[in-house]
Amino acid sequence: MGFDFNVILSKQDALVSGIAMTVFVWVVGTLAAALIGFIVATARRYGGVIVDKALTVPIEVIRGTPFLVQLFLLYFGGPYIGLSLDALPAGLLALSIYGAAYFAEIFRAGYQSVPPGHVEAAECLGFTRIQIIRNILLPEMALLVIPPSVNMAIILLKETALLSLITVPEMTMTASAIGSQEYAFVEAMVLIALVYWVLVELAGVLGRFAEKKLSRYRLAKA
Amino acid sequence: MSDNAISVQHLVKRFGETTVLDDISLEIPRGQVSCLIGPSGSGKSTLLRCMAFLEEATDGSIFIEGAPLGFVYDGAGKRQRQSATDLRKVRSQIGMVFQQFNLWPHMTALGNVSAALRRVRRMSKAEAEEKAMVQLRKVGLENRAGHYPSQLSGGQQQRVAIARSLALEPKIMLFDEPTSALDPELTGEVLNVMRGLASEGMTMVVVTHEIGFAATVGNQISFLDQGKLLFTDAPSKVFAKPRHPRLEQFLDTYLDRGASTLV
Ligand SMILES: Nc1ncnc2c1ncn2[C@@H]1O[C@H](COP(=O)(O)OP(=O)(O)O)[C@@H](O)[C@H]1O
Ligand SMILES: [Mg+2]
Repeated sequence: MGFDFNVILSKQDALVSGIAMTVFVWVVGTLAAALIGFIVATARRYGGVIVDKALTVPIEVIRGTPFLVQLFLLYFGGPYIGLSLDALPAGLLALSIYGAAYFAEIFRAGYQSVPPGHVEAAECLGFTRIQIIRNILLPEMALLVIPPSVNMAIILLKETALLSLITVPEMTMTASAIGSQEYAFVEAMVLIALVYWVLVELAGVLGRFAEKKLSRYRLAKA
Repeated sequence: MSDNAISVQHLVKRFGETTVLDDISLEIPRGQVSCLIGPSGSGKSTLLRCMAFLEEATDGSIFIEGAPLGFVYDGAGKRQRQSATDLRKVRSQIGMVFQQFNLWPHMTALGNVSAALRRVRRMSKAEAEEKAMVQLRKVGLENRAGHYPSQLSGGQQQRVAIARSLALEPKIMLFDEPTSALDPELTGEVLNVMRGLASEGMTMVVVTHEIGFAATVGNQISFLDQGKLLFTDAPSKVFAKPRHPRLEQFLDTYLDRGASTLV
């Protein structure tokens, strides 16, 4: 028997909405993860020893357990502690928290990469802490944090497939549904593998573009 | 208010168990160049960094133009941290130049010099850059305004750093071994800029191993040894023989052989 993509493509609408859902949870989840991770890293830097130590625990726990287990715990275990979430918010929240633990480490390394003297120079000039973060620390760490951040975004994209297991209608779920109904499961998987791969490539291209734009001053030579 | 730009009173700084500054009292006269010399590890940088509040003193006080820096005493005589706003205000009178320049690599020379005018003084970009150009011209680098630090020589980077500190028009400039990271042939251009500042009457505190500079430009020289301020005096007195035995030893040991006979 040969591959027949026509059956799958006839379900175009469902597929497109699945792809749209994947892109949505990926982009929103990654942005939220990066934002939470940045806030956590900033709290660790400026919050004193106790905050720093206290925040290592959840980071280590999240990085030390599988995403699928965390997802199931949140979605199926949440109601026991009064946290009943629908599939989509639960999936987004799980993805954001999971990614945030890694982004927190990425930004911590970023903060550490900036020579303390660069911050001291700004302090002497009267920059506020927020101005220092915004104008000195973030731009200086950008080159260092972009590659691991892109990497993390790619990992999170692939983890979104697991949201199908709590019935978020993203593209793995729609594709397997269509594939089973139409007896074209393998074709459906080939198709979404292609879409995942294109998205991964896209993330890589965007990352390299950002790096190139930012590295102007590093490459600049007299 | 006294005539002194900086007054350091019974300053103590400990890192854990080690006392790095041991009961330092020092007056920095306004409009003069005060040099700090001494063996490495004697506490020169720490003292200078305390004057910029980059280090918090363990005890004692520092006054900048009569105003307390970093700590204030409440009604009950208890030492307390100054508010962040007050601290920024006192600090704004001070410019600091570091051994390692500490320019921001992602900004051009003009960007480095204009940054504080824009962020701290809230000037428009155009106005800040116009003012910044005045400072770059002063250090002879107006034609390098668009260069990033990585495109500049060490001497040029340090001159940009000086221009950056001058941008907010501080009353006092602190220098921590400004030429120590430079190749010998590049120290001259930086020292010349500093001489120019001195001749304009800028109050300067300079940690340096350039004994020639200290002797010729300095109005007073302080000698630190193992966290203690051994003496402060005019160069003519400091280098006149017979010298303080620790100074004699320092000139022999830490500087080029024969430096002690040069000055
Ligand atoms: N952050 C620090 N923590 C612990 N010890 C320090 C720190 N900074 C400086 N020291 C110590 O304080 C002493 C004086 O250092 P420093 O002021 O840099 O001397 P100098 O500038 O005269 O060479 C040295 O023994 C140094 O090891
Ligand atoms: Mg030093």
